[in-house]
This record gives sequence, C-alpha cells and structure tokens, in this order.
Amino acid sequence: MANPLIQNALGTRSILGTESLSASQIRNLLDTAFFYRTHWREGKPSPASGKTVVLFFFEPSTRTRVSFELAAKRLGATTVFLGNEGSSVGKGETLYDTAKTLEAMAPDLIVLRHPSAGSPHFLNRHLQVPVVNAGDGFHEHPTQALLDAMTIEESKGKIAGLKVLIVGDIAHSRVARSNIYCLKTMGAEVSVCGPPTLLPPKVEKLGVKVFYDLNEAVKDQDVVILLRIQFERFESGQTPSRGEYSRYYGMNARVMALCKPDVLVMHPGPMNRGLELSTEIADGPHSVILNQVSNGVLIRMAVLHLLLGGPVMKERK
Amino acid sequence: MKNLLLKGGRIVDPSQNVDVVGDLLIENGKVKAIGKVASLPKDCPVVDAKGLVITPGWIDMHTHLREPGANQKETILTGTQAAAAGGMTSIACMANTSPVNDNAFITSFIRERAAADSVVNVFPIGAITKGLKGEELAEIGSMREAGIAALSDDGHTVMNAYVMRKALDYSKKFDLTVISHAEDVNLKGRGVMNEGFNSARFGLRGIPRTSEDLIIARDILLAELTGARIHIAHLSTVGGVELVRIAKKRGVRVTAEVTPHHLNLTDDAVKDYDTNTKVAPPLREQHDVDAVREALADGTIDVVASDHAPHAIEDKLVEYDLAQFGMVGLETAFPLYYRMCLKNGVGLQRLIAALTSAPAEILGIPKGTLKVGADGDVTVFDPAAVYTIDKTEFRSKSRNTPFHGWEVQGKVRYTIVAGRVVYRSEGSIAQKESQ
Repeated sequence: MANPLIQNALGTRSILGTESLSASQIRNLLDTAFFYRTHWREGKPSPASGKTVVLFFFEPSTRTRVSFELAAKRLGATTVFLGNEGSSVGKGETLYDTAKTLEAMAPDLIVLRHPSAGSPHFLNRHLQVPVVNAGDGFHEHPTQALLDAMTIEESKGKIAGLKVLIVGDIAHSRVARSNIYCLKTMGAEVSVCGPPTLLPPKVEKLGVKVFYDLNEAVKDQDVVILLRIQFERFESGQTPSRGEYSRYYGMNARVMALCKPDVLVMHPGPMNRGLELSTEIADGPHSVILNQVSNGVLIRMAVLHLLLGGPVMKERK
Repeated sequence: MKNLLLKGGRIVDPSQNVDVVGDLLIENGKVKAIGKVASLPKDCPVVDAKGLVITPGWIDMHTHLREPGANQKETILTGTQAAAAGGMTSIACMANTSPVNDNAFITSFIRERAAADSVVNVFPIGAITKGLKGEELAEIGSMREAGIAALSDDGHTVMNAYVMRKALDYSKKFDLTVISHAEDVNLKGRGVMNEGFNSARFGLRGIPRTSEDLIIARDILLAELTGARIHIAHLSTVGGVELVRIAKKRGVRVTAEVTPHHLNLTDDAVKDYDTNTKVAPPLREQHDVDAVREALADGTIDVVASDHAPHAIEDKLVEYDLAQFGMVGLETAFPLYYRMCLKNGVGLQRLIAALTSAPAEILGIPKGTLKVGADGDVTVFDPAAVYTIDKTEFRSKSRNTPFHGWEVQGKVRYTIVAGRVVYRSEGSIAQKESQ
C-alpha cells in the first residue's frame, strides 16, 4: 500500500482542485509538463514506472480517460479502468465500499471522475492513496485547467496580465470553475459570459467580470474559452433553444471580427460544431483546440510524475 | 407518588415571570410549592441545586423518532432517552414515519409504544395529508381523538395551496396548529445546499432562500384567510423573519421556530463536503444567522426546536448529492441555544420561554410551567459547566452531527418528569418504571 506520509515535490498528496493550488505549485506542474513535451519519447524510467494507476470513472468520458491512460503508460505505469457499468457500482455498492475495496488492492494512485461535487474529497478523506480529480460534478476539473494554462502559455508566452473570457454554461461547468481559480492564481484577468440562466448566482464573487452580451465581452480579450453546452439544458427549460444559444453565444466569423486579431480560441471538447462555435472558427487559425488535447497528456504526465514522488523538472534553456 | 425537593437553585419560569433563588417542591408528581419551602412531605428526596438553574421541563416540538419504519436510525426508546439526556421532558414527533402517521392506528401505536418505552412525554404530530402526498386530507379528527398535538407534513411541503387552505380550515374544529415545512419543491429542485457564493464555489446545486420565503408568505396569507393557526418550522432566512414579523403585527395567528444549527452555523460549514452539514432547509449565510438570532431575541421567533433527524452511518457515508438531509439535535440543542444567547445577549427568560411556555401554548399541552398544581416536569442545568460535545456518548442511535468536538457551556444536570429524575448528568439514564 502506498505510504500515507508521502512527501512529494508538489507538497500535496492529492490534486482535488485548482482552488487549493498555489502559483508555485501550478508553476511546477507546468514546468514539468513542458519538460515532458520535449523529453517524453526518451523512454527513461520515471517515478511512475511500474506503479499502478486506477482510472475510476463514474461518468462517460473518452478524452480525459484516454489522456490519463496515455500519460500513465508513457511513464511506464500500469492502468486499470473501472467504470460504473459492469462494475459492482452498478450493483448498488457505495462509493465508499468500492473505493475501500480498490485501496485494499494497493494501487499507487486513483483518478476519479464522478457526477457529484466533492466525491474526490470524500475519497481523499477515507483513503491513503493520492487522488486526482478528473471532474466532480459542476465543481472542478483541475487537469483541464492546467492544460488550458499550458496551452495559453505555450501560445502567448505568459499567463499573467492576459485577459481571458469563458463563454457558455458556467453554472454547470467544472471546467469554468477550475479555469477561473487557476488563471486568476497565475495573474490573468478572467471574465465570464453566458445566458443569465446558466451563470451561477454570485459568480462575480469568484473575482470575475460578468457579461451577458458576447459582442461586448469579447472585446480586448486575449483568449476566449468556449464551453460545451449539454443538450439537457435546453430540455430542462434552462435556456430556450439551440438556435437562440448559438445566435447569442456562438463564436463565428461575425463575433471573431470584434476580437483582437491575435485572439486564441479554445474549447475543452467534445465540441458541438455550429453551436458553441462555427466550423470555420474551430478549424481556423485562432483555434488551439488540438494543442489542448496534446498538452492534456503532458499535464497528466506531470501530475502523475509529481504525485508519485518525482522531482520538479525544468527545461534547460 | 413522586416527591422531590430541589433546594436553593435559581428558578426561572417565564410562564409566571419568576426569576428567584429558592426551592421547588414536587409532591405526588405535581408542583406543590415554589420559593421558600417550610415543610417537607414524608419520603422526599432532596437535590442540592445551588449554582444551578431550575426551569419548567423543556419541550422540543420538532423531532423525528423514526419508529415505526426506520428503527435502525432511531426508536421511540432511544429517541426519548436522547431527549431526556438533552433536558427535554416533552417532545413532539413528526409524522414522516413508515407507515406515515396519517391515521389513528399509527397515532395509537406511537402513543402506546411511548407509554411502554419512554421516560419523557411524547406528543405525536399527525400528517396533514394522506401519505404526506399533499393531495387528500388525512383523517385529522380521528388522529386528534387518538392523541395528536399538531398537524404537519414535515419533510414535505403541501405544494397545493387549495389543499393547504382546506387543512387550515379543518384544523380549526380540532384546535390544532398546522406546522409548515416551507420549501417550494420546484424552486428547490435538486438543490443540496444554500444558493449563494459557496454553492457557486463548491459546484453544488443551490437552494435559494426564495424557495422558503415563498411558502412562508403563502402560508401566512392562508392563515389570514382562514383564521387558523400556522407555525413555521425551522425558519432559516432573513426574508422569512421579516414576513413573520410583519404578519404578527397584522395579527395573523402565526408562530415560528428556529433550530440550533440555523442559529450557529453558516453554509461555510459545507466546505469539506461533510454530509452532516446537509439539512433542510439548508444552512444559510451570516446575515440569515444574525436575523434569526435577533428574531429569537425579540420574540418574532417564538420557539427553539432541534429538528432532531437521525440517520444511519450509511445514509451519510456517501457523496454529498446522495446523502440524506438532516442532523441529530436532541442531545446538543441546549448548549447550542445557550451559546448563542451568551454571545448575543438573548436573555435567559426569553430562551427558557422558547423552550417551555411557547411550545406548550402552540401544541396546546398543559406543560411548560411551574405553577402550583402543574405537572412536576423540571429541567435543571449548570450554567457554568463547560464541556466538549462527544457524539460517541449520544443516547441516540445516530451520530449525524456537525457539532462533534465543539466546546460548549451549559450542561443539563437533572431531567425530571412528574417528580421523577429520569436523567442525571453523572449517572445512567433511568429506565421506564413498571407500573
């Protein structure tokens, strides 16, 4: 079983959210990810070599799961996938029991995706192994925010001082929350824009500017992050229709004309082409959506590397 | 034949405006004399109450005893022992058992079980509607004959205003107060905590204050329309306080209660997703806490009640979204009320009234007073004792409290029912006497 007193270079046993990460912790994660961007093919032993990583997914996920799996395998770790279908969770076992059972099998790290906010905190309280939050309800998705920060820094050379706009269903978005905390900690100025029905009450208290009007919001922004909208929001009456959503909050050539010429367009995926953004924008010169995917693997390598005891890696310049 | 002399304590009885240092004599289970007691009956134990406060026995008008139906959480036996340990000599128990207390048969079952198992007085509350479904009125008259003391669908809101209006009308014939669990279910949705900055931060679905305020406003208006008595359970919002305050000024027959947790906690407590903080209505924000404290002090809120809601470990050892609502309260209520009084200058007379004469009046029960001839139900507490709340010592079957480890002041020393000591702090609880 993993050592409960694990001391790592990151200074935290688990990564539950970006709200609790300091600027230096984020810096160390980004530096290690940039290191792996250059060196991951070298095949050297890593701190994760021979370790077992459990991917514990209570919600359907393709890219986050594959990204973690690739990251672990590139570092020489073994992965075990456990989804809620075909597992004892589907037979009514509680999260607590499933997790205790898993822990008894002595994995070195657990990655958890779960529909209820706070579930990774629950595991972290009851287990000794490191827990990485791969998305908990509407709460946080820290590795997504870290990969977004990496992509911004990669393209813009910095994060501090940049203006970043997050567009869409902020209320139900763990990506939005993690990005707000992470980017603000790294010195960016963050704004959010969406239909009032999809903004959480008191969102301004998170330290962001709030816009209802996309045309106004995009002005002077260095980065625009578009969030995926779930069709459930239309069905449950939280916003009228897909047509109205794309008319007021979709990124297209008309809105692009209002943006700074060097604006970055990002999307955590999977995207609904023609809804959150038009195809010409998704595939256009401002889009770094595929860079986000590539960096996602590198960030998750950095997370595993550091939580499993590796030193902070820095690229020699 | 229960005789008892409590000697030299501070006697506080708001029902007769008494606050004196003196003796209290109980003879044959009834209050015989208060103040200076000249002669004792034969066979009269004496308790030295020096430094202690003697009050009418406390009443908790909002508890869930879970029996019948959920005996793994609580039973009438364990729940009433918890009540005795918390200084409560009378409790009212809500109707959301399984089966629901919506007919005279279940009311009688609870009364009989209480008569057999309980060392304190138990007053069942009958359901307003059959099965708590909010559709058809329960057999209120038969339940009244079987011994209910009030009506409530607590845990559920009667969402149909027409049904609620009819319940209020009908309650007048039986002189019953209708207790409102005020949460608009549509506005509450799938919310699990207060809607505000913290719900935005924690990514949990919020429950807006308005979901509570809307139903409070509606039920006040319906009480005004019908002339019936409405009691607002577990009032938690600044807006709800204002609605009750204005209605009282207008002469509406409305009363209200507040819980220990809404007096002492804000939604900051949800921070680590501790499921013991999940409660309905949810923990609110500081200005709500300030408002309910002020309302208790000025009498806008009449009653303090624990909303004792026991849940088994497995009901809470789950994700926050999936956890049951509610926390236990009988054994921690008093020091939490007292803590808030000490911090906010709420007078002892006011607090004791909220624990005794006010709930007795709302339930229409002959309790909550030390007038000569009244039942010898008495609670004695030590106002100076400081101790730490330890959930492992609870008499309740359940441990779902966010107050474990809190250092508090004000400890129950004796709980006395009809002249018989049923609980003393340094000894074991009394068993039911066979008669």
